[in-house]
Amino acid sequence: MENTAIENTVQDTSQIKGWGVDSDTENDPTYPMKHRNNGEHAGYSWERPPQQQTDVEILHSNERPNVSAVFGTSTPPAGLSGMIRRYAFKYSESSYGHWLPLMLADRVGVVEGYLEDFSRGHVPNVFAERGWKAEWKHNRTSLVKRVLVGAVVATAAVAYLRSGSDDSSAKKERRPRRARR
Amino acid sequence: MLAMNFRGPLRVRIDHKPMPEIQHPQDAIVRVTRSCICGSDLHLYNGSVPDTRVGMTFGHEVTGVVEELGAGVGNLKIGDQVLVPFNIACGKCVFCQQELYGNCHESNSQATAVGGIFGYSHTGGGYDGGQAEYVRVPYADVGPTVIPEGMDPDDAVMLTDVVPTGYQAAEMGGIQPGDTVVVFGAGPVGIMAARCAWLFGAGRVIVIDHVDYRLEFVKNYAPCEAYNFKSLGDVVVFLKRTTDWMGADVCIDAVGAEAAGRVMQTILGRKLLMQGGSATALHWAINSVKKGGIVSIVGVYGPIDTLVPIGNVVNKGLTLRGNQASVKRLLPRLIEHVQNGILDPKALITHRIPLEEVSDAYRIFSAKLDNCIKPVLIPPSARS
Repeated sequence: MENTAIENTVQDTSQIKGWGVDSDTENDPTYPMKHRNNGEHAGYSWERPPQQQTDVEILHSNERPNVSAVFGTSTPPAGLSGMIRRYAFKYSESSYGHWLPLMLADRVGVVEGYLEDFSRGHVPNVFAERGWKAEWKHNRTSLVKRVLVGAVVATAAVAYLRSGSDDSSAKKERRPRRARR
Repeated sequence: MLAMNFRGPLRVRIDHKPMPEIQHPQDAIVRVTRSCICGSDLHLYNGSVPDTRVGMTFGHEVTGVVEELGAGVGNLKIGDQVLVPFNIACGKCVFCQQELYGNCHESNSQATAVGGIFGYSHTGGGYDGGQAEYVRVPYADVGPTVIPEGMDPDDAVMLTDVVPTGYQAAEMGGIQPGDTVVVFGAGPVGIMAARCAWLFGAGRVIVIDHVDYRLEFVKNYAPCEAYNFKSLGDVVVFLKRTTDWMGADVCIDAVGAEAAGRVMQTILGRKLLMQGGSATALHWAINSVKKGGIVSIVGVYGPIDTLVPIGNVVNKGLTLRGNQASVKRLLPRLIEHVQNGILDPKALITHRIPLEEVSDAYRIFSAKLDNCIKPVLIPPSARS
């Protein structure tokens, strides 16, 4: 089937019978949050503030033609997470292709953060970073319970794995004996 | 300088970071005197906002002293004590021109759905925030407002977000005299929304939450009726019954992505991060409001899809209204309310914590330890 392009033309509303006869500018559900001036109708045409200059990589949404006049320069994209972020910005904010890779990049960034700490000779105190001092002070019983439960679960898991490895070693030891017969 | 440093979900620490610099003629550098932790910071802290990068500094509720100014700033001078709205707004784009300062088009390259916000991920523009000793403040002629003489600094810092967001939640509800208003969430914004609902003429204000000490607080502060949803059975049926089976005139979602109360929403939205948050409060709001009623949303959700009963919005003829608060638009009126004693925002601050203890502060706030309602971080220079 032939693919016919639809040709859109701007309508002259003054030629449309009845246009705007029931318009009520006060019936604006966004009032008073918005002082309507219909500036949007002129498109992206306002006098922009001076453009911030930078040598830092700034990603921008593909739903706009440019970077904003000012922007943050915190934590520019870098490493594997940066590569994932660059990929994500090929997709619009309406797409899972944008947000899911960004979530993945955030998790990859956590690992990179550990590596960065180690490379600087810093071993992060995860307990302090998670505010366990405050838990100890204000929620001690719950903290102790969680630590105990965690310890029991970890011990049980280790015991289970060790028993499994003991069994397999025993099997390995038995097999050669059978082979010798 | 000292600054909060995000290291991953549930992990933050204090670190030394380089001082911020003027990067644009309309920038200011502000020495921070107060910086709150906001409920919406917890979405970042929990790892539920995409493009929250390790190494970033959070903090969008800030007061401070102007230390340095770009060549293009005319309304401030060095030494001014300012409160800094959480929105970064240019004042020139068509959205700012219509006083939609939370929707500025010249402050966020990474996302078009929201304007720039201090310290709120790269989805919020990639700006380092004010949980630090110093912060870069773009468009310094537009947002920062000189703190009126005599105003308590704790009141001032609450005017950067909590008060305007709570006020706008009530404003967006289109509250008419005598209306019944239900506020979901007794966090700082919910408490302020309940208080402000009266300013618009509400006839009855009901707050729903599950944290008893916060319910007790809002009951006395707003004042209002306060109910723990865990004791109500079906929240929607309770609200229908208590409104003579009509439903509330206005429902306000002041919770957002971290809502508790419905297992499926909690699993999908908070545990698996498969939607833009747990929309339990919004679900209840849509189902509890009357036919033809208004649901006002100030709770923050992530940008991906979120399950809500949209069919009921259509069938009930509801109006949904939401936005980031337009702080600059609201400030003159709200400063008046604080100065006249109509609003007492500093009463919400329960914890004043040294900036150096930021890890513990986040834990206290997120786990609701020590009856915490609102924590404010105070850098060393503001403590001496």
